[in-house]
Amino acid sequence: MTATSDQYVGAILPTVPGVSTAHVVAFLVMTTALVAAPFFVYPVFLMKALCFALFACAFNLLIGYVGLLSFGHAIFLGSAGYGAAHSAKVWGFPPELAIVFGTAAAAALGVVVGALAIRSKGIYFANITLAFAQMAYFFSLQAVFTGGEDGIQSVPRGTLLGTLDLRETLTLYFVVLAIFLFGFLSIFRAIHSPFGQVLKAIRENEPRAISLGYRAEQYKLLAFVLSATFAGLAGATKALVFQLASLTDVHWTMSGEVVLMTLLGGLGTVFGPVVGAFIVVTLENYLAQLGAWVTVVQGVIFVVCVLTFRRGVVGELGHFLRKSL
Amino acid sequence: MTQALFGQLLIGLINGAFYALLSLGLSVIFGLLNIINFTHGAQYMMGAFVAYFLLQWAGLGYWWALLIAPIVVGIVGIVLERTTLKRLYQLDHLYGLLLTFGFALIIQGLFRHQYGSSGLPYAMPAELAGGRNLGFMFLPNYRAWVIVFSLAVCLTTWYVIERTRLGSYLRAATENPALVQAFGINVPRMITLTYGFGVGLAALAGVLAAPIYQVNPLMGADLIIVVFAVVVIGGLGSIMGSIVTGFGLGVVEGFTKVFYPEASNTVIFVIMAVVLLLRPAGLFGRAS
Repeated sequence: MTATSDQYVGAILPTVPGVSTAHVVAFLVMTTALVAAPFFVYPVFLMKALCFALFACAFNLLIGYVGLLSFGHAIFLGSAGYGAAHSAKVWGFPPELAIVFGTAAAAALGVVVGALAIRSKGIYFANITLAFAQMAYFFSLQAVFTGGEDGIQSVPRGTLLGTLDLRETLTLYFVVLAIFLFGFLSIFRAIHSPFGQVLKAIRENEPRAISLGYRAEQYKLLAFVLSATFAGLAGATKALVFQLASLTDVHWTMSGEVVLMTLLGGLGTVFGPVVGAFIVVTLENYLAQLGAWVTVVQGVIFVVCVLTFRRGVVGELGHFLRKSL
Repeated sequence: MTQALFGQLLIGLINGAFYALLSLGLSVIFGLLNIINFTHGAQYMMGAFVAYFLLQWAGLGYWWALLIAPIVVGIVGIVLERTTLKRLYQLDHLYGLLLTFGFALIIQGLFRHQYGSSGLPYAMPAELAGGRNLGFMFLPNYRAWVIVFSLAVCLTTWYVIERTRLGSYLRAATENPALVQAFGINVPRMITLTYGFGVGLAALAGVLAAPIYQVNPLMGADLIIVVFAVVVIGGLGSIMGSIVTGFGLGVVEGFTKVFYPEASNTVIFVIMAVVLLLRPAGLFGRAS
């Protein structure tokens, strides 16, 4: 059978292979917890965790399902943040357009970086994406519109679709939650579509996938751009939540952090990145006063995960329950 | 203009010397272990710190540091390899990258906790203080020494790997470790020593850098990313490629500072993108 990418990607009513009851139950538990959470936990903290969770899910699409480790995903988080912040503050875009603009900027960068990086694999790919991220960092440091060291501050949150006042923290929280769920479900959909199956086939054995007629490069590029786009969605949302776009989000340490979240939660699991992001953001919240120790703790988690705990929290849980989560 | 040009050429060569030493170490390690040693920047920093400690605690100066620091840091590297890295060889090589990244975070975090982010001064050796006037420019002796010495180290390494029997074992093990082991060569030990040697090169670069850039816990953190780009441009695993690209890119970066200073931070990454488009395996690399 021959298959072209448009045949699969454009399919609107597909069969959804690989969606189990465990997924549905876990999703319902997660959504219920997230809806109830702002009444018990500081909402701004939750929104930060949600943005990072979406960022990690986007990253996981690439490492977990295509087997490509990007060490430069901060480019997309950061550039979308700058795009959203700049368009909202300087051009006066309403929040929905600012988010769309920021996300589109990240997607466009995803096409450029992806086209260059996708030709290599493994360690080369990690190195190359890292180098691009560093380039983006220096660009952001020097460009005028990014505000250099200061970043773009006091970005207006505005009114969503002219009706929802996002200055209300709780309103903003549910908007962020909706954006997160939209991103999460889209990524879930992509993974469990025929497109996702082809990605897995490429990950497992690229020459064979090519010999079956799949254009591996195009699939990988599309996956890369999708991943960049959702990372951008997370970055644009984050900029509106914190009313700030800064160099922190483009620095390579941010690229490392998303690797950490995904690794800790479980590479290639559906819910792992979300769990990992919540754990890491919580840890950083408690360790923030300790300065350099945050880095040490992150390093220790990396080492422990790689040496003894490669499935991650959700991966281990799934292994224990004998379900794929 | 010529003053500025030669001044930047010199700075470029100095930076190039560090790029070359560091990317050489990365290449040697990558060739045999197939991992990108993310701890390289932290090990470079440790080299500078060992030099600082030797002076503060033992009163041993620069020349002793040049000898002792690479050995000390190399041994730490060997312990790391024996206890942790070695367990990952059967797995995807990306785990090696993640593990060494974790170690880099731990080491840099601990040093930053102890010594803060500001640099500690390290005095230049008295023998190399001062400089000479070449007519068209002033050449500080220490900088000339760094360039000459690192070039000598790089070329010696190249000679050992490409032209001696030991080097031929090493290259053979890179191609096919199982076969080399079948000939009775202890490949695991060779891997360990190679890692120690690559790490030692990083520490050596750290000692060389101490009098120029001060001793700072984060001195290797950003540098190593530039070196990764250098390695990609030169072609991973290519020894001569690392040396030539290291020095060459240092000079290119220096000239960019003269002609278009805004791009001096990014020029290496731009070159990397262009090289990837034209020669995905790097300038000196072989397509895999």
